[in-house]
Amino acid sequence: MIVGAFKNAHGGATLHHMHQIVQQPYRDQYWLTIKVSLITAGVGSFLGLCIAYAMIREGTPRFLRTILTTFSGVAANFAGIPLAFAFIATLGTIGIATTFIKDHLGYDLYAHGFTIFGQTGVELTYLYFQIPLMILVIAPAIDGLRAEWREAASNLGATSWQFWRYVGIPVLLPSILGAFILLFGNSFSAYATAYGLAGNSVFLIPITIGFYYSGNVVSDPHFAQALAFGMFVVLAVMMLLYVPLQRRSARWMR
Amino acid sequence: MAYLELHELRRAFGPVVALDGIQIELAAGEFLSLLGPSGCGKTTALRLVAGFDRPDSGSIVIDGKDITRLSPNRRDMGMVFQAYSLFPNLTTEQNVEFGLRIRKHKRGARRKRVAELLELVGLGHAGKRFPHQLSGGMQQRVALARALAIEPRVLLLDEPLSALDAKVRVQLREEIRRIQTQLGITTLYVTHDQEEALSVSDHVAVMWSGRIEQVGTPSEMYGAPATPFVAEFIGTMNRLQAVVVDGDRGEVEHAGTLLTVDAARGRSRGEKVLVLVRPELLELEPSTNGSTAGDNTLGGEVVTHTFLGSVTRLKIQGREAELIADVPTARVDSLPVGQPIVAHVPTAGTRLLSLNEEPASDEPDQDGR
Repeated sequence: MIVGAFKNAHGGATLHHMHQIVQQPYRDQYWLTIKVSLITAGVGSFLGLCIAYAMIREGTPRFLRTILTTFSGVAANFAGIPLAFAFIATLGTIGIATTFIKDHLGYDLYAHGFTIFGQTGVELTYLYFQIPLMILVIAPAIDGLRAEWREAASNLGATSWQFWRYVGIPVLLPSILGAFILLFGNSFSAYATAYGLAGNSVFLIPITIGFYYSGNVVSDPHFAQALAFGMFVVLAVMMLLYVPLQRRSARWMR
Repeated sequence: MAYLELHELRRAFGPVVALDGIQIELAAGEFLSLLGPSGCGKTTALRLVAGFDRPDSGSIVIDGKDITRLSPNRRDMGMVFQAYSLFPNLTTEQNVEFGLRIRKHKRGARRKRVAELLELVGLGHAGKRFPHQLSGGMQQRVALARALAIEPRVLLLDEPLSALDAKVRVQLREEIRRIQTQLGITTLYVTHDQEEALSVSDHVAVMWSGRIEQVGTPSEMYGAPATPFVAEFIGTMNRLQAVVVDGDRGEVEHAGTLLTVDAARGRSRGEKVLVLVRPELLELEPSTNGSTAGDNTLGGEVVTHTFLGSVTRLKIQGREAELIADVPTARVDSLPVGQPIVAHVPTAGTRLLSLNEEPASDEPDQDGR
């Protein structure tokens, strides 16, 4: 992929693709892909963390945990065209939920700007697998939070919020950061779901790469490889930002 | 006047009654241990005092104020847990400082207090270390310093030494007692280790099956157990089933042998009793034919030796019961395994418990211990 990114159609070496991928419209497409990934990783991490905690905390019936874990295992792996179709059937123009909300609650989602075929729709659909993935990844870390820490904090006068601020979140932070990076990468590289849902209206970089490879408009595999190389660079930058953060948050483990 | 009072505390978990109306009072500055086997309810009692759990009925009063419904973070109690309760993301100093930080003490005052406490527990040099960089004993010292930092009204210790090795355990329990005495802090200590409880406490409350069996000083608990369970649980005790023959003369009959014990005086003829004799009170003599050699003696044969250091514990098979006797190790050569012996039961110092008053579930073992 890296070698191909620096080749032209005739097999000669070139930097032209590198120059091209930072020009419009590709610069905007990268930024859109990064934004969608950041939003779905952020929201997915937060909601997944909250749900996982609610699932694991003392007092939650054990069967709920079993059900939620099983569902998460399935949902985290449910993506691509079937997921896109499921969301279109649910929240599309004449989707079940759209029609129900319109008919029974008197609120027309599409008249108020919502569309499943736009950026928000893609983000919403991505969350369907991002949240369960977060639940699966973070649950063992939450399990590792000892009841004694909470009780000791409470005994020393701390409120629940103070426990989370000074102990709970800092202890979980390395795992949360790791999970966030995983979710970011998961979203950043997703192709089929976005393609099935909004292939012609939301231009994420993986979709553009698909176009250049399949020759839908014009076939240019080397340029597609250059775009893929650009994705690799973005992920490398993310990792460079992540490593010192992770090291700092986990310094108490060394 | 009592400083901490537990009034008729009851707590059940479904059909299991963990606490069945316990009543405890501690004076200010007193060190009381709740002692009992696993599942007796001692930790449940401590958790109720800490506020981590609520009683089904009864009340907890500190210094005249009912705190039964008060949340744990408003009780001003310091607690040391069994193990691994230090916050792993905070250094030793930060752990000790935690309660003061929550109480918004000024930075300078916090630093000073932390330094004092770390010196008190002998960890002045380990302030910058994280918990995983400390040994188990050091971690428990830090936990103690952390609990003391907030100047708690009551210090609660939940088997704080149970995860430590024997040598550190002895060392640390002495330190806990030294610090408790130095600070004069009212302390409630939970343990299943009788040696630990007897060595550090002002008073010991033996618990069993959700009830307090007996409360007393360590010497009272050891020397004058009030129930067969306490007699069995505290130290090793020879338990001889007997029947009172003559209450005026203090005579009881055990396995066809007449014994005179002061504690039997005034008992009714025919009363079933347990004669309790500590192993160190039995005096052994070699016997050539295994027969008894005079008043207040039981015959038997040495079965095993267990070396305990300055004394050796001998198991003796009697006619109806097994006996345990501690003899000075220097003397043990004259009492080898297989040697017929006579054991002198002391008239004074022997305890007696009425079996007529004993609940059915307290039925003692038939092996004489």
